[in-house]
Amino acid sequence: MGYEFDFGALAQYLGLFLEGAAVTLGLTVVSSFFGIGLGIWGAAVACGKRDWARKLIAAYVELIRNTPFIVQMFFLFFALPSLGYRFSALQAAALAMTLNLAAYAIEILRAGMQAVPAGQSEAGRGMGMRPLLVFGLIVLPQALANVYPALVGQITITMLESAVVSQIAVVDLTHVADFIQSRNFRSFETYLVVTLIYLVLAVLMRRMLVLGGSKLFLGRDP
Amino acid sequence: MNDFTNWDILRNLLLAVPWTVLLSAIAFAGGGIVGLILLVIGIGRRKWARRAVDLYVELFQSTPLLMQLFLVYFGLPMLGVDVSAWLAASVCLTAYSSAFLTGIWRGCVDAVPKGQWDGSASLGLSYLAQLRLVILPQAARMAIPPTVGFLVQLVKSTALASIVGYHELTKTAQILTNATFQPFIIFGLVALIYFVLCYPLTKLSRVLEVKLARSDR
Repeated sequence: MGYEFDFGALAQYLGLFLEGAAVTLGLTVVSSFFGIGLGIWGAAVACGKRDWARKLIAAYVELIRNTPFIVQMFFLFFALPSLGYRFSALQAAALAMTLNLAAYAIEILRAGMQAVPAGQSEAGRGMGMRPLLVFGLIVLPQALANVYPALVGQITITMLESAVVSQIAVVDLTHVADFIQSRNFRSFETYLVVTLIYLVLAVLMRRMLVLGGSKLFLGRDP
Repeated sequence: MNDFTNWDILRNLLLAVPWTVLLSAIAFAGGGIVGLILLVIGIGRRKWARRAVDLYVELFQSTPLLMQLFLVYFGLPMLGVDVSAWLAASVCLTAYSSAFLTGIWRGCVDAVPKGQWDGSASLGLSYLAQLRLVILPQAARMAIPPTVGFLVQLVKSTALASIVGYHELTKTAQILTNATFQPFIIFGLVALIYFVLCYPLTKLSRVLEVKLARSDR
């Protein structure tokens, strides 16, 4: 086999790697923020009393969880413009990631909310707190603490799945890899390095979130 | 190019479904076999083997499947190994599913009470006999619902094979879109088809889980 590895050829692209990683991380942060926000709202509705709203949320969750992320993204980016909604690639990617994460977050948080004993919110109401206050101060913090590890796992999965946003020409880490290997024809080295960057990002992100979580939910088992 | 009726679109998409199903089946069968071997190695007494299996699972679960695909499809030819899209997709998804299945099954084996190991050892069973007769049958009961659940993830993951040019459902949708300029109906139908493939599995996984929980009571 006459192939000689040359990882040195990648050194000049350090700046590009960093830019790509920043886009990947940025998309992950934005979609996590809005996705979990939507997830909290959706889970609250799913635990609520209105039957039609619960069914609607359940249908949304099933629809997203049973179709591939790449198809959801293509739908947003290619299909919605034909109805007059036009997104930039970056917007479509962020929206697709947010909507995808939201569905999983609803499912995770719903389980977390149901695990909070009913006595907790009854006691809150018994003290004369408004329902919204009971939810925000009593139920939600406990639900979040219950399912925090699962949420961290889902955020990591969203980050790793975001590699496909390169297919609608978002200049993320994967897109950077495609560009570099088309320049230097060292596809093996390039993809290997980028895979390792994803690995480091995933491990670091998980560590930091778990660490942050143990500070946030002090006094509970991490 | 407007001579494609909606029926033509649906017909062409449905023709691609067997390829998605076939790729899923190969990845599941292959991943199941490799996963079982890794499971047996990983729960053995040798510490280094256990670590190696953990690392394997961790590597696949912490890197994007797309990168794994690219490494095999674009990277290996550089090293002189020629791979077709079909081979790259099968190999990658097999490795990917073996890692996830090992992880899932490992958790189930760990959940079998320690006394079962001690009890079967005291009966004089060899390691493999312990596994075959005592541990795995109990672990398998617990493993079925999450395994079916993973199958859903696997079917969805096969959509990524379209990116390296494997002609399954998603790739066919892209080709049809380029020919007909009707992305809305095409990707809507594609999502629907994936849903029809995956939803029964999701449902089945949930039913099995409830059944298992009930039988444990």
